Amino acid sequence: MNRIQQKLQENKKLLSIYFTAGYPSLNDTTTIIQDLEKSGVDMIEIGLPFSDPLADGPTIQASSTQALKNGMTTEILFNQLKDIRKSVQLPLIIMGYFNPILQYGVEGFCKKCKELGIDGLIIPDLPVDVYNEQYKSIFENYGLINVFLITPQTSTERIKFIDSISNGFIYMVSSSSVTGSQSGFGDNQKHYFKRISDMDLTNPQIVGFGINNNATFNEATQYAKGAIIGSAFIKYITDNSIKDLSRFVKSIR
Amino acid sequence: MSYNVNEKGYYGEFGGAYIPEMLYPNVEELRQNYLKIMAEPSFKKEFDQLLKDYVGRPSPLYFAKRLSEKYKTNIYLKREDLNHTGAHKINNTIGQILMAKRLGKNRIIAETGAGQHGVATATVCALMGLECIVYMGEIDIARQAPNVARMKMLGATVVPALSGSKTLKDATNEAIRDWINNPVDTHYIIGSAIGPHPYPDMVTRFQSIISEEIKWQLKEHIGKENPDYVVACIGGGSNAAGTYYHFLDNVNVNIIAVEAAGLGIDSGESAATSVLGKEGIIHGCKTLLMQTKDGQITEPYSISAGLDYPGVGPMHAHLSITGRAEFMSITDNDAMKAGLELCQLEGIIPAIETAHALAIFEHKKFKKEDVVVVSLSGRGDKDLNTYIDYFKL
Ligand SMILES: Cc1ncc(COP(=O)(O)O)c(C=O)c1O
Repeated sequence: MNRIQQKLQENKKLLSIYFTAGYPSLNDTTTIIQDLEKSGVDMIEIGLPFSDPLADGPTIQASSTQALKNGMTTEILFNQLKDIRKSVQLPLIIMGYFNPILQYGVEGFCKKCKELGIDGLIIPDLPVDVYNEQYKSIFENYGLINVFLITPQTSTERIKFIDSISNGFIYMVSSSSVTGSQSGFGDNQKHYFKRISDMDLTNPQIVGFGINNNATFNEATQYAKGAIIGSAFIKYITDNSIKDLSRFVKSIR
Repeated sequence: MSYNVNEKGYYGEFGGAYIPEMLYPNVEELRQNYLKIMAEPSFKKEFDQLLKDYVGRPSPLYFAKRLSEKYKTNIYLKREDLNHTGAHKINNTIGQILMAKRLGKNRIIAETGAGQHGVATATVCALMGLECIVYMGEIDIARQAPNVARMKMLGATVVPALSGSKTLKDATNEAIRDWINNPVDTHYIIGSAIGPHPYPDMVTRFQSIISEEIKWQLKEHIGKENPDYVVACIGGGSNAAGTYYHFLDNVNVNIIAVEAAGLGIDSGESAATSVLGKEGIIHGCKTLLMQTKDGQITEPYSISAGLDYPGVGPMHAHLSITGRAEFMSITDNDAMKAGLELCQLEGIIPAIETAHALAIFEHKKFKKEDVVVVSLSGRGDKDLNTYIDYFKL
């Protein structure tokens, strides 16, 4: 069983943290991963920076721009992760846009991920049907879980289809927005969380976008298996440093 | 071979809709409805009427006698510069605003580089009384002040794109992000034959009026509908797509696509995507684009803001790869010279984008009997400052 699937079976609400690899400094990647594990998070999303992150708000955009300025590349990230499985047990997911993966070669990328002990991928601009027709068997050959997004606008029928081709969790985007644009959830969102929860899908849901403190974490996980924090974490390390990550994690739960 | 889009939204291997799930409902709604709506008699009637009474179509097909004499061939200019707002861009914005209304949208967003598409969008929004927000790179706002003022006078809100390189590519990113944030009431009017399917096809169809008119106009001029060559400059490729459309399947009509070489193909300051680009994904479609080995999109350069785009529409990527079109690239200097030459030989001041298409006559010899139709995509008023600086006028 894949580490993500194992983690999803634990009887607790999961906290997943996203960070942009190469930010704040080029070589912070492994330190951040190790310290997040020590701080008690459940899952980590490693952002492969992209020049044109369409689905991201200003915070993650700025961290991506800086990471690229720092010299981050796919090859360098893979090198940094060379020995990561000697020290880290948590499920690790790479989140990145499709073009850098396409240029590396999808099969080569997946192969490398397996070698390094990466458990899954989130590629927001790889559409469900293209994945299903062209890449599903490659991902499966290398034991990688591909995570799909749903939003408040996604139709019931499409959610069921996405559920049918998922084999880990469904990334439930909290609202119709880019990353980081939210402060607190209103009735609309709670209604949406509940609607999805009531669908009794095969795959558990993890909520992302707009989770930034203890209150939003609790609201999201009232209905979902877990929550993902990205922009708020990037903002924390921007305003502070990467020295005391447990302070951030404790502020969430 | 087909050069048109297939039912899955691809031109050969290019095209598709590589969009985040957040955009899926909007793009899908458009995909399911655009052909149906365009085929409605009431839509056609309103579109044609506006093109005639408001835009001023048909635009003339003008035999450029002195230019033809100089290059010893027969050059016809398709006068899109005479359209309302001064370029072909308005053909598309008229079509899309009517589409948006039928889809029940009341908020319009657009991206713009030089400001031509922004002005054309602000114009149709004023015409229809719809809210209009135009994203424009902070750097472009500074260098295209008159068009920024025009958009404001027309009632649009111009929002600076502050991310990345602060030019057209980033303005497009911001418009897409706006659409993600406003998924219900908003229509995104893309300004070229780019973006996720069905945009390249929809924009091409709205612009295809250009080649539809060329056919009957040429027949009036010389008794036959098909020229030997059609020529257009390519930024994203909308005036080119419209100019080629009705000739795509007739291989006796040669297609020439003109890209901006900037300071030269090998200078590192260029926008010649077909030469410097590689297959990849930009703004929701698979096409040729300029990028690093690592798949990061790079900044192009051209003296003309309208050609300063790191990708090319998927139809043109296909025309390039299959060899159906001949791609040429023209430097800043050659384009500026050709622009001035048209002023002096024909009394027409062309947009600098268009001047790239005109510059091919210095580089390619045509036969005396050849009939060459060039898309005169826009007028040069917006470029006066660039002309003034360049020629020290
Ligand atoms: C006059 C003119 N021609 C050409 C272009 C390039 O766009 P496209 O390749 O979509 O025709 C522009 C874009 O701003 C323009 O203003």
